Amino acid sequence: MHLEANRDRCVGSGQCVLVDPDAFDQDDADGLVVLLRAQPHDDAGLARAREAVNVCPGRALSLAD
Amino acid sequence: MTSPTISFTRTEPYRPPADHVKLQAEAPISRVRRPDGRELWVLTRHEDVRAMLMDTRFSSDRRDPRHPAHMAHMGPDYKPGLIEMDPPEHTALRRSLIGEFTVSRLAAWRPRIQQMVDESIDAMLAGPAHTDLVEALSLPIPSMVISEMLGVPYTDHAFFQENSANFSRIDTTPEQKGAAVANLRGYLADLVQQKLKEPGNDLLTRQLAAGVAPEDLGPIGFLLLIAGHETTANMISLSIATLLDRREKLQALRDDPAITVGAVEELLRYFTIAEVGHQRLALADIEIGGVLIREGEVVFGLAHTANRDASVFPEPDDLDFTRLARNHLAFGFGPHQCLGQNLARLELEIVLATVLRRMPTLRLAVPFDEIPFKENGPNYGVNELQVAW
Repeated sequence: MHLEANRDRCVGSGQCVLVDPDAFDQDDADGLVVLLRAQPHDDAGLARAREAVNVCPGRALSLAD
Repeated sequence: MTSPTISFTRTEPYRPPADHVKLQAEAPISRVRRPDGRELWVLTRHEDVRAMLMDTRFSSDRRDPRHPAHMAHMGPDYKPGLIEMDPPEHTALRRSLIGEFTVSRLAAWRPRIQQMVDESIDAMLAGPAHTDLVEALSLPIPSMVISEMLGVPYTDHAFFQENSANFSRIDTTPEQKGAAVANLRGYLADLVQQKLKEPGNDLLTRQLAAGVAPEDLGPIGFLLLIAGHETTANMISLSIATLLDRREKLQALRDDPAITVGAVEELLRYFTIAEVGHQRLALADIEIGGVLIREGEVVFGLAHTANRDASVFPEPDDLDFTRLARNHLAFGFGPHQCLGQNLARLELEIVLATVLRRMPTLRLAVPFDEIPFKENGPNYGVNELQVAW
């Protein structure tokens, strides 16, 4: 499983960064999502990835095989 | 069949209105009537409210006379704020502001906010051992933070804070409130002009440098002020009142300050103070939760009730600081989700942690059920909170 981020849908809320600051950041220029680590390391990382997908208000994040 | 009338008045401080909860259990998507006779749909399930807030065919454009928040004075020249417009207009304006509110940009504010909270508590501790917490802490902190963000000079601070307090307090008269709005709008317009001449290290200056028109910046500044001011103040007051009323919750936080971040999230879920903001106009026939909502109809997402949806938050009426409540709708959802939410979180977290640490004997000076709650305003909260230590 790996994370995908759609910057067009991103609303810059930073919820993903709050969930997992090792996996997500926001672009300094426009505040939009930056994927730091698309591939969760372990089960805990995968759980955080799922949570980030769930709380993203723009539905900009997804998990794909 | 006539639609039932529901009100938006909260009568129990710790619960959503009883008729909203009843709808969630019996008819989660309902056609209802407001006390003024206007008909609308209400959504009460977490999933449905989220779906509605995500779907931009449910419009926020208040210039449309069919929108429930449309006001007659909005002529064609009216400059709408961020919360009053749809994409793509909304997207462009929001994107111009996001950079000021990123998690890392806000983290840089932490020491300064901590200092403001410490100074306010120093002042409380230096005075009589009782005070109105709203006046001493809840309102000044968000006011000081937003004024520094906007670049309000320190010499103007008293004027700015007094007017923003008069705008936010429910015990000021409509005339005082109107005067405060006029004062602040005028002040912000002048401030923008001043930033053109003397740029500073602040949001208004950066917006001007990015090419935002000066006449557009006054309304942006005003929205940032009002949206993040009374709301955050209310959450500070409600959170502290609750912790003082339910000492076991306060003790849990004292025993393990690491749960403060989760406690803030849970308190946001529990109170969901801004509810009537989640109102939209359907621009098409749209199905939500198996119900067809027709073009031109009005929909309210009852976020407070949705945040007590047991399918998402088990034992929803428990205030549980250990639950992971990030999924709540207290800041809305979708493209309009609160721009300043992470600033609110930061202010709440710092205030709660500092009050608990520095005021160990803090207690309510009036019984909890005698606290004057804002039962009927656009934002839930308290008018004053008498405390002693």
